[in-house]
Amino acid sequence: MNVGVLGTGITKFGERWNQGLRELLLDAQLKALKDSKLSPEDIDALYTGNMGGGPLSGQLHIGAMATENLNINKPSVRVEGACASGSLALRAGIHTIEAGEAEIVMVSGVEKMTDVSTEQATTMLMGAGDEEIDGFIGLTFPGLYAILAKAYMHKYPKLTRDILAEISVKNHFHGARNDYAQFRKEITKDTVINSTMVADPLTLFDCSPITDGAATIILASEKKAKELGAKVSIIGSGLGTDSLSLARRKSLTRIDASWIAARQAYKQAGIKAEDVNFAEVHDCFTIAEVMAVEALGFAKEGEGYKLYQNKDTYFDGKIPINTSGGLKSCGHPVGATGVKQAIEATLQLSGKAEGRQVKNAEIGVTHNVGGSGGTACVHVFKKVK
Amino acid sequence: MFRDSSIIRWRNYKDRYMLVGFECSACGKKYFEKKGMCPCGATEFNEIEFTGKGKIVSYTKIYSGPEVFQEQTPYCVAIIDLEEGARIEAQVVDCKYEDLKIGLEVEAVFRKFYKSGEKGVIHYGTKFVPKF
Repeated sequence: MNVGVLGTGITKFGERWNQGLRELLLDAQLKALKDSKLSPEDIDALYTGNMGGGPLSGQLHIGAMATENLNINKPSVRVEGACASGSLALRAGIHTIEAGEAEIVMVSGVEKMTDVSTEQATTMLMGAGDEEIDGFIGLTFPGLYAILAKAYMHKYPKLTRDILAEISVKNHFHGARNDYAQFRKEITKDTVINSTMVADPLTLFDCSPITDGAATIILASEKKAKELGAKVSIIGSGLGTDSLSLARRKSLTRIDASWIAARQAYKQAGIKAEDVNFAEVHDCFTIAEVMAVEALGFAKEGEGYKLYQNKDTYFDGKIPINTSGGLKSCGHPVGATGVKQAIEATLQLSGKAEGRQVKNAEIGVTHNVGGSGGTACVHVFKKVK
Repeated sequence: MFRDSSIIRWRNYKDRYMLVGFECSACGKKYFEKKGMCPCGATEFNEIEFTGKGKIVSYTKIYSGPEVFQEQTPYCVAIIDLEEGARIEAQVVDCKYEDLKIGLEVEAVFRKFYKSGEKGVIHYGTKFVPKF
């Protein structure tokens, strides 16, 4: 697989009171077109990841919105896979190019979450679980990951409350160095540990926030990418799935879909975990980052904690994780997150991640999870030499 | 929208009220919720009434809930392995959170879940309490 990245565009993530779904999406689309030096007519097809447009804004049919924004009539589809919607849109874009259906594809992700109450957003997010099993009894998203955390820390007690806090501290350290991040502020472990309990053992600062935002990336075929001088290419894509409900999982201490997706993507890219220079992973909750680094092969199962003992995951460490600030500090506009991760990988590989630049990076990986692991999508990015 | 529906749960009354689950007709694997196809490949299931005795596999205490559960916060939720072999998710009530632990024996009780919509139709179901 070899699909080039021509350009990227991203909105500031955060509470964007003045902008609705349409304005957020348009902002990212126009920035990406400008960055790619393309006009709307150059786009052959569009995919847009979005999860909550229906329940939160009463707006579905986002595919047509994406083309209406650009005054074009090209094929355009909205993709939904809970918090992995953005990565699924990216994968659909890649496959459309690989199938020879398009030369240039615009992939976006958008989410407008702050028009409703926290309780309403919580209800919408639980749509990613099993409504009849998880939803009916009052489970929440933090609740699902809290159950995973309890099970994990029972089996692997070396993962302590302190290590989980360190993950959040590290992600805020990176977010403070990222212009488009929601929370550009460093924090301490005490802040995490002493913040309000959301679902035991996860506190507010273990949890990613509710965020408005959009992100767009423009892809091209290998031939077109070469012609236009693309600096980054995507060389592997993997997708794994599992049951919606935790009650039906084989394991409560790992997310099998992530393991499946990572192996597929690595195999396709012809790489091993040791070849990866940095990764953007799905840290919707601190515990999720631990499970992610294990699934991606950066640590053995049950030993993810080791990466957080010596600042190995900072941008200048051995294996930088979430240089964008991750979902925790950069924000988590769910449908846009997968595309944001792809943008961060692109910025890193083209030397544009000012203030948090990973040195000599050649291969980066993105890892995006839907729900508590019903879907997981991994992509491998490579610097073009 | 769906939480305002007073009829959405009626098709689950049997499993919710009487803890009726399903047993694969071929391999005997048991499920609390209906499943389309057993990993063994079979699609036929027989109904089975669980005794309601089980053990906690993992659990949490939720402080911020979805709309209809907000007035109940904080509340405890657990994954429980029933003694017949099926796995269920349920609230654990009538106990101190500090007394819960992985492996604790619990048993089923019939309880109110939440009220839906303006008419306030009450949804009931099964919760669990520690077995003493």
